[in-house]
Amino acid sequence: MKFETVIGLEVHAQLSTLSKMFCGCSIRFGAAPNSQTCPVCLGMPGVLPVTNRTAVEYAVRMGLAVHCDIQPHSVFARKNYFYPDLPKGYQISQYEEPICLGGWIDVEPEPGEKRKIRIHRIHLEEDAGKSVHDEAYISGNETLIDLNRCGTPLIEIVSEPDIRSPKEAYLYLHKIRQMVRWLGICDGNMEEGSLRCDANISLRPVGTTDLGVKTELKNMNSMRGVEKALTFEVKRQTEILSEGGAVIQQTLLWDEAAGKAVPMRGKEEAHDYRYFPDPDLTPLIVEEAWVREVGESLPELPDDRKNRWTADYGLSDYDASVLNEDRGISDYFEDVVRETDNPKTAANWIMGEVLRRLNEEKTGIENLKVRPGDISHLIRLVNEGTVSHSAAKTVFDHIAETGDTPDKAVEKLGLKQVSNASELGDLVQKVIDDNPDALKKYLGGKDALFGFFVGQAMQASRGKANPKVVQDLLREKLNALRQSES
Amino acid sequence: MSVPLEEVKKIAGLARLSFNEDELKAYSGHLNQILDYVGKLNELNTDHVAPTSSVQDTDGPLREDMVHASLPTQEVMKDAPSHQDGFFRVPKVIQSDGGNP
Ligand SMILES: [Zn+2]
Repeated sequence: MKFETVIGLEVHAQLSTLSKMFCGCSIRFGAAPNSQTCPVCLGMPGVLPVTNRTAVEYAVRMGLAVHCDIQPHSVFARKNYFYPDLPKGYQISQYEEPICLGGWIDVEPEPGEKRKIRIHRIHLEEDAGKSVHDEAYISGNETLIDLNRCGTPLIEIVSEPDIRSPKEAYLYLHKIRQMVRWLGICDGNMEEGSLRCDANISLRPVGTTDLGVKTELKNMNSMRGVEKALTFEVKRQTEILSEGGAVIQQTLLWDEAAGKAVPMRGKEEAHDYRYFPDPDLTPLIVEEAWVREVGESLPELPDDRKNRWTADYGLSDYDASVLNEDRGISDYFEDVVRETDNPKTAANWIMGEVLRRLNEEKTGIENLKVRPGDISHLIRLVNEGTVSHSAAKTVFDHIAETGDTPDKAVEKLGLKQVSNASELGDLVQKVIDDNPDALKKYLGGKDALFGFFVGQAMQASRGKANPKVVQDLLREKLNALRQSES
Repeated sequence: MSVPLEEVKKIAGLARLSFNEDELKAYSGHLNQILDYVGKLNELNTDHVAPTSSVQDTDGPLREDMVHASLPTQEVMKDAPSHQDGFFRVPKVIQSDGGNP
């Protein structure tokens, strides 16, 4: 029997606000344990939560970007469970009435094959604290608790079970990560846990519509980890079902090092969170005017920009995707293009030199000393023949190190291209005179040696000679020699 | 209205309360009395009333995203039965995924 894979993802994104969801404690990463806590996030009796306006705005931003309906009226609810990293004994979340409903994200598993992954809902909630499982304490049957993270604003993005393969899951997650970073609402760092993903997965015979028994996968710490864990689970469930067995509904933890998912330890009680509206918080009202304002402040979105680039600039789909991955690089490219009529050349500069440099320096585009205006200037210098293409790359690196202007860099490095025919004529003549063997072979009919002479001449000029002029001069002189031979 | 004993046991379990048989019976009685009392509300016809989670259905106040001073860590630890190097020390947590459901 052939099976179809059915996957739904729940993605938690920590919002990059300054303060927590319901109190004024900082959410800065890496502070001393429990130094960013107060009576509200410690769950002391008698305190009242007050909702962070920016967290609400970020949720609206994300909702609009992925085509959700923003709800004018939503309700915070208490999700009740006991755990040491949750001092109140409940998490404030949204249950029956979330802030965003509906929506979708397009993924492209194969070139030209668009798949629409529907989003069920996006809701606002607060994060729990952190349990530190330090060996020294575990042996004494103890766990350490740090509540700095407790109360950090989160959005949870819940997809419909529309994802049909681990690859699609990866692409969907990739799109979400790109979007939250693009919108500036979350740094998208899965390794540090600011973006987290749980997956529900089941199989069903191809052609049927009922959902099979699902398992829940947790503890994936990277996007590739999500793909690998799902691939593992598809295989496991396929084997069980093919042998006539039954999948047990359970939660599995992905063990990246072992490359397998193992059932969560401990007794698995059916969850009973006893949600109810939080009486400490009034319903969240989001006025239409506010939604409109947020909508108008949204930047051009990644897919729209990509489509514009392929249509208007003639970029390939691949190039547009590479340049559009990160908002900073994308904006940088836009800035370069604004000052040049050579978008394809600009794209090559950024995909080549700029990305190489960022990679080498392990830094972000905002720290690069070569500014967009410098790239467009370099393109112009090459087009005008002032510097050769290879010299321009040297100039680029010089600017990246010193921050000099392109003109100053060219002057300092002495890389101004020589196009003067009389100056180059002597140089070309010397190359011919210095290579009598090659000349003999060339005159004997080995045309391919022309390139050798060009290379020698360029080398002799230390890259400064205008290759076009060199070629013309060489051709002229060699042809003259050939004619005088015959 | 009558809540079966099994249900009361389950609710007690969820609230981490443990009762002996006599207590269980006594609390079942209390619980049922409370539910009967609240059950009076069922006499009202609410066909045309939207579900209401708050009687204060107004635009609740929102807070500007600004950082305020947190408590000093000594103050935070003041009532903790056990702590070390700024951490709370609690009995070992069994679940291995950090507990975020
Ligand atoms: Zn706080």
